[in-house]
Amino acid sequence: MGALILQQAINALTVGSIYALIALGYTMVYGVLRLINFAHSELFTAGAFIGLGLAGALGIAGHPTGGLLVGLITFVLVGLAGVSVEIVAYRPLRGTSRLAPMLSALGMAVVIQNAVMLIGGRRPMIYPSFLPSGVIDLYGAIVSYKQITIFVVAVVLMVGLELFVNRTNLGVRIRAVAENAETASLVGINPNMAISLIFFIGPGLGAVAGILYSSFYGVATFTMGFVIGMKAFTAAILGGIGSIPGAVLGGFLLGAIETFGTAWMPVLTGGVIGTEYRDIFAFSVLVLILLFRPAGLLGEHVSEETRVYKSDF
Amino acid sequence: MTSDPPQTGGAAAGAQALAPPRTTRVWPGALAMALVPVLALVAGQFLPAYPLRILDMILLYAILGLGLNIIVGYAGLLDLGYVAFYAIGAYSWALLASGQFDIHLPFALVLLIGASLAGVAGILLGIPVLRLRGDYLAIVTLGFGEIIRVLMNNLDGVTNGPQGIARIDEAHLFGWTLSTPQDFLYLLVAMLVVVFLFVWRIQESALGTALSAVREDQDAARGCGIDTTRVKLVAFALSAFVGGGCGVVFAAMQRFVSPESFTFWESLIIVLVIVIGGLGNPFGALLGATLLILIPELLRAYADYRLLLYGMALVIIILARPRGIISRPFGPSWLMRRLGGGKC
Repeated sequence: MGALILQQAINALTVGSIYALIALGYTMVYGVLRLINFAHSELFTAGAFIGLGLAGALGIAGHPTGGLLVGLITFVLVGLAGVSVEIVAYRPLRGTSRLAPMLSALGMAVVIQNAVMLIGGRRPMIYPSFLPSGVIDLYGAIVSYKQITIFVVAVVLMVGLELFVNRTNLGVRIRAVAENAETASLVGINPNMAISLIFFIGPGLGAVAGILYSSFYGVATFTMGFVIGMKAFTAAILGGIGSIPGAVLGGFLLGAIETFGTAWMPVLTGGVIGTEYRDIFAFSVLVLILLFRPAGLLGEHVSEETRVYKSDF
Repeated sequence: MTSDPPQTGGAAAGAQALAPPRTTRVWPGALAMALVPVLALVAGQFLPAYPLRILDMILLYAILGLGLNIIVGYAGLLDLGYVAFYAIGAYSWALLASGQFDIHLPFALVLLIGASLAGVAGILLGIPVLRLRGDYLAIVTLGFGEIIRVLMNNLDGVTNGPQGIARIDEAHLFGWTLSTPQDFLYLLVAMLVVVFLFVWRIQESALGTALSAVREDQDAARGCGIDTTRVKLVAFALSAFVGGGCGVVFAAMQRFVSPESFTFWESLIIVLVIVIGGLGNPFGALLGATLLILIPELLRAYADYRLLLYGMALVIIILARPRGIISRPFGPSWLMRRLGGGKC
């Protein structure tokens, strides 16, 4: 029993790391533009496929050190793609309505998804693992090196992001623009620079998550982004959207809720609610959180007035 | 809104004398608007089955757009789970008129049941989410849509799971059999006219004014004595009612339903119909539905590139006209005044 719970905790940490990495992209964009970046989940998929393509082109599939290189290049490429999405779909519509940029981002999502399909193919692709193989036995629970690597990579990236945002000059600029873009521009900060930076880092992290995710499950499909993206977004809201530590906390919490929920609900309800309801857990959590604590767990407590614009559309 | 003010003597009489004379004639605007259903009916006489089916889909999405407009366009609440109501309607017909449970109810009755069930679901969804605004509301409604779809996928005993329900009854409406695309064209044109008039009159009614007030500034609206909760619930219910009705017609038209038809993508298409056409404008829903259904059909020749080009077209249209192709003020009332010789 203990081993089983430990095993599930480890699985939860693995899934949670990936959710958290993607959630960071959502939360950063939301923090600055107050918009949901609907293209983010497709950039995650694009990251997985670019990683796959690079591994083939460079002939380094399956090597952990090669994986590092692939991860870096993919980060930069998808980051640049993210910046272009912002320039094409968000920037021209800034200040019009709130609905228009959201839907143009959706159009971009459709474009990216279909570009991935045209290049990568419709069928699920077998994914080479960039992660070391092998397992260790931890008090009866089986922990694979893959899981350890995913967790370590995610933590390193999150710590790096936290340091970047809090300790560097560029990070200060980003926070200033997130706080108030107009005031930031008064003290000489170019909001467009900060926004571009965010659209570089967020999708970059999402792309790395894509490589980790596909390496872990050994498969990549061009439609995989949607559900993962929804869950990562849930994680971002759970932790408090706009908050970077919140996204990390939300990611791990959602991983835990989903893993334990899927494992124990069939037992608790005598099989009425089976594992096929896995995706419902995420959405139910989302609905409950929004109803009872819309600011999320670590979200700032701000009044309704300042949080939401009076006129939404 | 047309009741005369109480006669309080000279002051009221004087005010009436000062009011501009009513020069607005109704018939030019009404004739212009009647052109759409008439053209659709005429086209129905000549078009072969396949284009006719596309025309049916355009009309269906136009009606869905008109319904969704009540909640998104008038009340300003972004509902990304509208397909849930559509699905409730579709499954009502699939379950109440097929061999699934061997129930075979008449079409008119199920149309009412399906639409009402969806309306009730709209209220049930509305009650908890009314405290939310903007994006949060959008995400919860999206979650609701997904939950409905997952339920349909997994309640095998009721909905037959992913396989869906096939061999649904042929619809009969007061002795008239609905089987060919042409039959459905007549039904859909009738529905379009009814829903269009209904939605337009709502927009012009006290409820419509209240909804605009809620959209523009909820707190100010409440300050003016508008019961914002009630108004929003009514909007949710009406919107869902129309969606449910469309679902029943969809199921009767396809005679097959499966959860695959009710994905998030479908909700998005309906939102895009009204945003591209013109948010809060009934004409916009018509134009948006025409574009969103026709563009993929025209791109059919490009096979795999179809959705890619579709996505690009969406981005370009939104960038060019962020407020929609026909923006809000240029609705039916504007047309009536314009053609009727009144002031615009």
